[in-house]
Amino acid sequence: MSETRVHFYQVGSFAVGNRLLSADERTVQSDRRRTNSIDSGHRACQGCGEALGARYALDAAMRATANQLVAVNATGCLEVFSTPFPETSWQIPWLHSLFGNAPAVATGVAAALRVKGRDQVRVVGQAGDGGTVDIGFGTLSGMFERNDDVLFICYDNEGYMNTGVQRSAATPPAARTATTDAVGPDPGNPFGQGKDLPRIAMAHGIPYVATATVADLHDLERKVERAMSLHGARYLHVFVPCPLGWGAASHETIHLARLAKETGIFPVYEAEYGEVTGVSSIRRPVPVTEYLRLQRRYAHLFGHPGRPDVIERLQAMADANIARLGLRGTEEDA
Amino acid sequence: MDRPFAITLDVGTSRANHTGSWRVERPVYVDRLPPCNDACPAGENIQGWLYHAESGDYEAAWRRLVEENPLPAVMGRVCFHPCETACNRVQVDEAVGINAVERFLGDTALEKGWSLPGPGPDTGQRVLVVGAGPAGLSAAYHLRRLGHAVRLVDSSPRLGGMLRYGIPAYRLPRAVLDAEIARILALGVEVATSHPVQDIEAERVASGADAVFLAVGAQLGKRVHIPAGDSNKVVDAVSYLHQVADEDPPLLGRRVVVYGGGDTAMDAARTARRLGATDAVIVYRRNRDKMPAHPEEVEQALGEGVTVRWLSTIDRFEGGRLVLERMRLNPQGLPEPTGEYDELDADALVLALGQDTDLSLLEGARTVTVTDGVVEVGHQMMTTQAGIFAGGDVAPSDRTATVAVGHGKHAARGIDAYLRAEAPDAPERHALASFDRLNTWYYADAPRTRRPELELVRRQTNFEEVVRGLTEDNALFEARRCLSCGNCFECDNCFGVCPDNAVIKLGPGERYAFNYDFCKGCGICATECPCGAIEMVPERI
Repeated sequence: MSETRVHFYQVGSFAVGNRLLSADERTVQSDRRRTNSIDSGHRACQGCGEALGARYALDAAMRATANQLVAVNATGCLEVFSTPFPETSWQIPWLHSLFGNAPAVATGVAAALRVKGRDQVRVVGQAGDGGTVDIGFGTLSGMFERNDDVLFICYDNEGYMNTGVQRSAATPPAARTATTDAVGPDPGNPFGQGKDLPRIAMAHGIPYVATATVADLHDLERKVERAMSLHGARYLHVFVPCPLGWGAASHETIHLARLAKETGIFPVYEAEYGEVTGVSSIRRPVPVTEYLRLQRRYAHLFGHPGRPDVIERLQAMADANIARLGLRGTEEDA
Repeated sequence: MDRPFAITLDVGTSRANHTGSWRVERPVYVDRLPPCNDACPAGENIQGWLYHAESGDYEAAWRRLVEENPLPAVMGRVCFHPCETACNRVQVDEAVGINAVERFLGDTALEKGWSLPGPGPDTGQRVLVVGAGPAGLSAAYHLRRLGHAVRLVDSSPRLGGMLRYGIPAYRLPRAVLDAEIARILALGVEVATSHPVQDIEAERVASGADAVFLAVGAQLGKRVHIPAGDSNKVVDAVSYLHQVADEDPPLLGRRVVVYGGGDTAMDAARTARRLGATDAVIVYRRNRDKMPAHPEEVEQALGEGVTVRWLSTIDRFEGGRLVLERMRLNPQGLPEPTGEYDELDADALVLALGQDTDLSLLEGARTVTVTDGVVEVGHQMMTTQAGIFAGGDVAPSDRTATVAVGHGKHAARGIDAYLRAEAPDAPERHALASFDRLNTWYYADAPRTRRPELELVRRQTNFEEVVRGLTEDNALFEARRCLSCGNCFECDNCFGVCPDNAVIKLGPGERYAFNYDFCKGCGICATECPCGAIEMVPERI
């Protein structure tokens, strides 16, 4: 009987908490004294993955920095639903300037703190996928290149949801958005376009790049903690389902994030200085249809006649991710 | 107020915005009936005691267990655990080894000398319990806890009924049985052994009892007519096992044939093997699929070298030789004779064809209705005669020890209600926690811990216990495999996954509450609850 077996407890490390674990082994989210960086009363839709992802990441960053944290926010859902004047949901120091300049503002905050000799105060920049991969991309790449001491977090819900579900460079192929209608021979977002920002970030050779989802809290918190233990430019890409924009039931948010990881559609991994250092293995492999079927943005792929050819291409993309990063893993990893 | 240029309002918190008004469905915490509890004939709160065992608080677990069943060390050995058949974990990997953990708790209690909860305040009323098998013992325990005086009588010289005289020692060591019985008697039970009851009414009057619980069991082995010469030895399995238990086993020779396909047939064949039979052959008229014996027992019997002649009936027994007729199953699954015959050498034939109950003691109680050889009872185990209750094998049931323990408990509660002239309280049953309500993603993969079995060779010649207990590590591991179906076990998932911070964590043992001012009703908590303890109900709009 090995030692680990005795420690096994029902939900292992998959659930948020565990009444039998010691306090330091539990997640930040299981703690009644967590910061709740983004407070109740915010106006995110029911089941918002971004609101959840932001609280997960920022609460973990608050613990990692002993509450010495400033957050800089780009324009987007997260900013709009949290701060309708004069109300705010933020319970941490928080700044908003423009859609495209959040990485530059974060750089400035970090520089100002350094000048004032307050190096212990750390800076997080955050944006949706639009603010990261499209509009804020230039300033973000600059921030990476200068290796400014900022953790930049992208909450990726794969489109411009706040303005009415338009396509972004993070929208996946075949997905229907307001600007990529499900009509014609190639319905939805075209194949072969868009940006894989975690890989672009890795190409900058910065100290730390990681992806995560709201479905694996332990993994997400560990990555935030790792990021905050390093200095220089760091990038965290968090997958956050959007019930409204994806046409999914609000209660499926975490389930969808889990399926994105388990299908291989969204690979979860981390990298340091441009090299992959760890991957989250797939625990219960499922075909991409399990994930696609729950979302109306892919409804045109199903039914009769449907588009089995398109589904096959999406499956091939997922399989390529699995092969590239070795996501199948071994039994022990599962 | 001094405000910056162009600012007209002070900063306020978003808590002013009660997003709960968006809600069309509200989450509510529920407790559902776990399938193990639902299936337990003794009505144990299995999920409840496993919860304590998971944290290593074995005493609390045991105390929860004996709320319903005073014989955990016995039941942890002899119960056929319908709970494990019902267990939702079957659909994940394997059922939780509930029975093994129960035995571990029972053994730990005996080792540590934990005593049962004391008797209730004296009610001044007196109950006669006839028969000290599992039903009678269970009833005596629950009646004492309810404050009634109990007189327990049994026709045999020692208590335990079929637990002692029907179940071989290799399945239930007598020291365990004695210890658990002694613990019940310590609650203050008046006992009379070797006290057969001829007339139940007369006995009730003589003992000054206000109510009677009849639990004499089914002690008579059924016989069939098999033409047999005088020199051929034919015994019935119940008497055989009884004599073995009395340490006065009959000499059956080296080739023993057992006729029948139930657990008693297995017990008789395995016992014969231990007493020196080189060939222990079971003759059964149908095939293995149709065999009523529990698969575990069949498996163990075969493992010990017992052989089975399937699809055979015994035609006659003459000159040390049995004549068997081969059968075949018709499309309805019933055996039909084929007219083909086989022969089998045998020194003795043991009949294990079922048992009847001896109800001659009811002749003085004419209003008790007996149908098909068993006593009719209502749901509180009362017979058609007020004040006389019945349970165990004398009442219609599956005739297992666990059913008997359950009958004893129900009868005790029925008797209590009867004596108080109150309607028995029947707590509402929760809806079943079915597998489809679980979110099994969250449960770690963990195969079941098996109880080690004695090496085959050793167990063939002695009555040492065959199945050994779990170690503490194993028991803890096994308990932690419980999915806690339908009952919150405080995993913090709802508290963590709410995008609106609308779940309030109340602290250890206190579970959680919803803050409906801010809950938008997205339902993530209900979907991500591992054990299905949150239900979404429509708001009235």
